[in-house]
Amino acid sequence: MVTSNFDYFAPTSVDEATSLLSRYRGEAKVLAGGHSLIPMMKLRLAEPGVLVDIGGIDGLSYIKEEGGGVSIGSMTTYRELATSSVIQANYPLLADASARVADLQVRNRGTIGGSLAHSDPAGDIPAVILAIGGSVVARTRRSSRDINIDRFQVDLLTTALRDNEIITEIKLPALAAGTGTAYSKFHQPASHYAITGVAAVVTVSGGTCTDARVAVTGAGDKATRARRTERILKGKELTQAVIRRAASRAAAEVEDSLNEDIHASAEYRAHLTQVHAGYAIEQAAAAAG
Amino acid sequence: MSTEITVTVNGTAHPASVEPRLLLAHFLRDVLNLTGTHVGCDTSQCGACTVHLNGEAVKSCTVFAVQADGAEVTTIEGLADGDSYTNVQQGFWDEHGLQCGFCTPGMIMTSEALLKQNPDPSEDEIRAGIAGNYCRCTGYQNIVNAIGAAAKAGS
Repeated sequence: MVTSNFDYFAPTSVDEATSLLSRYRGEAKVLAGGHSLIPMMKLRLAEPGVLVDIGGIDGLSYIKEEGGGVSIGSMTTYRELATSSVIQANYPLLADASARVADLQVRNRGTIGGSLAHSDPAGDIPAVILAIGGSVVARTRRSSRDINIDRFQVDLLTTALRDNEIITEIKLPALAAGTGTAYSKFHQPASHYAITGVAAVVTVSGGTCTDARVAVTGAGDKATRARRTERILKGKELTQAVIRRAASRAAAEVEDSLNEDIHASAEYRAHLTQVHAGYAIEQAAAAAG
Repeated sequence: MSTEITVTVNGTAHPASVEPRLLLAHFLRDVLNLTGTHVGCDTSQCGACTVHLNGEAVKSCTVFAVQADGAEVTTIEGLADGDSYTNVQQGFWDEHGLQCGFCTPGMIMTSEALLKQNPDPSEDEIRAGIAGNYCRCTGYQNIVNAIGAAAKAGS
């Protein structure tokens, strides 16, 4: 399959890249690892007139502990996330989810920034970052802003990112002592995309759940917080009965936008969401001690 | 609009003028006549087009040739040293790790990368490692045996 024709630029700095995005605003797309964009271009679902390839910009691939949290450069690949001792120690669910994205070859190319910017409804990373919390750093030629991850995913394949902005960094907060994390997904066997996936980050103090963030992917049109589930967990001892009741509400926020395709019906996705919410919360609670 | 690139393939620098939309798989096959790299599904799933880009296994149907400008690419043609096969190639020969052979170049390139990351993989790790490569003859058992034999030979 052949993509439409496009003009290609390979800037060597973020300033140069953002200048190109301003100059070709509305026409240009950012090419990161390319493992979401190129397949869409081959199917002619995307036909950008200009590609700005940020693969040649030094300094966008890093994992740094700073200010109690961790900052991740937008061009950091799934493989780097999966094998990083900093990610494994601080956000085990992110290391685990990254190790289960697609396959070895795709994990060598796909990036955290690309996954967030593309916002595939069946992507793993958007839900995981949503469950951790934090922000996305977006730069234009003239300015930089932090977008709270809770406001980043807007709609199907749509984010709060403007078309002259590039994601340069993802900032993750330190997780409180007594926090456990887990990601549980039912994957499509060929692509390994999530038919449904649930990420859970729960904090337990003195036997009681003091904080919980649970995010669902694959089921609806975008990664979505399961706030009703979170509310049921908070302030309670995480018994089997509480986890089961919380998980049973995990599809509530996506029930109006449930995906239905050749892989799974809407009803089946809703069911899987509840099942995997149960698994993820149970594993996160066990890890929280 | 053409773009000037230079890609080093199997140790030889190849300057070329290419359309930006030319995929690395087609650059290797149609421009350089290195037809060992196969195009199967063309949707980044089957892995037949796997090559090494700066030492890492990638699906060359999902990389534009312009993205490989200045990079080192290794294809199946670049593995053997004369008549001397790599352990992975020898493993596929000894264990009959192929039936029709279409998936074999991609399988071997992925296996090389897998053993570099994990020189002593368990059977489960081998199967997970080649999850991005399909054998539609379904001859997986001997492929897994071949990779296991290569790991043993390398230890």
